[in-house]
Amino acid sequence: MASNKVMTVDEIVASLSDGMTVGIGGWGSRRKPMALVRAICRSSLRDLTVVAYGGPDVGLLCAAGKVRRLVTAFVTLDTVPLEPHFRAARQNGAIELTEYDEGMFMFGLYAAAHRLPFLPTPAGIGSDVMRVNPSLKTVRSPYGDEELVAVPALTMDVALVHMNRADARGNAQYLGPDPYMDDLFVKAATRSYVSCERLVDTSDLLKEGPLQSLLISRAHVAGVVETPNGAHFTSCEPDHGRDEAFQRLYAKAAADPDGWTAFRERFLSGDEAAYQDAVRAFQEETR
Amino acid sequence: MSGATRAEICAVACAELFRGDGEIVAAAVAGFVPMLGSRLARATFEPDLLTTDGGPVLSAEPAPLGAQATEIEGWLTFRDHLWLVLNGRRHVVMGPSQIDRHGNTNISAIGDWSKPSRQLLGSRGGPGNTRLNPTSYWVPKHSARVFTEKVDFVSGVGWDRGAHEIRGVVTNLCVLDFRTPGHRMRLRSVHPGVRVADVVEATGFELVVPDEVPETRLPTPEELRIMREVLDPKGLREREVPA
Repeated sequence: MASNKVMTVDEIVASLSDGMTVGIGGWGSRRKPMALVRAICRSSLRDLTVVAYGGPDVGLLCAAGKVRRLVTAFVTLDTVPLEPHFRAARQNGAIELTEYDEGMFMFGLYAAAHRLPFLPTPAGIGSDVMRVNPSLKTVRSPYGDEELVAVPALTMDVALVHMNRADARGNAQYLGPDPYMDDLFVKAATRSYVSCERLVDTSDLLKEGPLQSLLISRAHVAGVVETPNGAHFTSCEPDHGRDEAFQRLYAKAAADPDGWTAFRERFLSGDEAAYQDAVRAFQEETR
Repeated sequence: MSGATRAEICAVACAELFRGDGEIVAAAVAGFVPMLGSRLARATFEPDLLTTDGGPVLSAEPAPLGAQATEIEGWLTFRDHLWLVLNGRRHVVMGPSQIDRHGNTNISAIGDWSKPSRQLLGSRGGPGNTRLNPTSYWVPKHSARVFTEKVDFVSGVGWDRGAHEIRGVVTNLCVLDFRTPGHRMRLRSVHPGVRVADVVEATGFELVVPDEVPETRLPTPEELRIMREVLDPKGLREREVPA
């Protein structure tokens, strides 16, 4: 029998250490492993390099002072275009930034997932992405003359992703319309953790989705944790959509120091269970 | 059908960006007006275009703004969009925070990138889109803050930095293109009620202005009907264009 990899959120976070490079799956404000992100914010971890197609995961980690460097192509809340905490962190010079084109970023993930040193792409040539990343190198095609960016492998110590279903062995399934890049993050990382809406028996995995929904294999997963509503307030279709009312509340609070103090007090001062209770109270209030 | 609004004229101008594109993906991510334009083009003179409903699906028919596709003909995830950028069967319409006379654009940060005065989205797909796909732009509020002598950060490359093709720029005032020697930005048409001087004044660099600048064409009655009754009955287009 394959080993049981079920852990708690706190056990996963306790296995991380200062200065690590942490990849975070999802895309913008979509299927982010927010329960794990909130737990990192509560921890004493520091000086992380965060690798993500950024959303409120990046915002919360910036607000909590956990980020030394961010590697990204964008940070957005999708329906709210700009992420206030990320903006503040950049405008205050609080974080370092490695800014890529989003396709370059994907090729960096592919390179890391395949244990290649780099992959070539024309994207980036001519843009200021080359200027602000002076360590980026270009290569000439050995079959022609085309100049291409040699995107270095986006290697990472740890990847964190949130999926709809998983089993105790670490096999994980998405049931929504887009896998994002979660399988690539998991393969790119030295060690990966999956949070999920619901843990199910292995024999039940194919009851809710087809074979091709089994995105992540246990071979790449070190630990798995059930965190119902753990992507909140980002979307996690079909289990739940994005909590737009809550996201608006977050964005408004994040843009104002006093507002943020009140928001943090109300939602982020306790553990994950306390967070979910406070969210339920908010949802009942605004219903 | 009552007279066309400015937003409707802009949407038709956006539709015109796709004329001749054929069977490619119209990725009009810049807002309601270009999204409506791409779907209008598909509903009228470019029937082979592929369009989404804003999510990861290709709709079987042009979908109304803000509605999910009822019939689906394909799947287009974010990862497939990024493949498609390299594959090339795609025309993207982006929204620049700054654009210069060669079509270089900034969506990343205002001021010194190392410590910006205003952090924006980040480069997103700008570098790849512009290097590899026909790219157009939508500017809902034409001003000298957007049309700048120099962009603070080149997120999207212009004609002078190796762009594949910067096709056109549609704004609330006019349509611009780059059909000049050296691919400098040219005033192609002004929307009805807009003077050439209005555009020149709202542009922070010297535009190429032909002696005769035509008016942007009006929507046909059929185009108005499709926009108002089919593709945007909620009137989302009107929210995006200042009256």
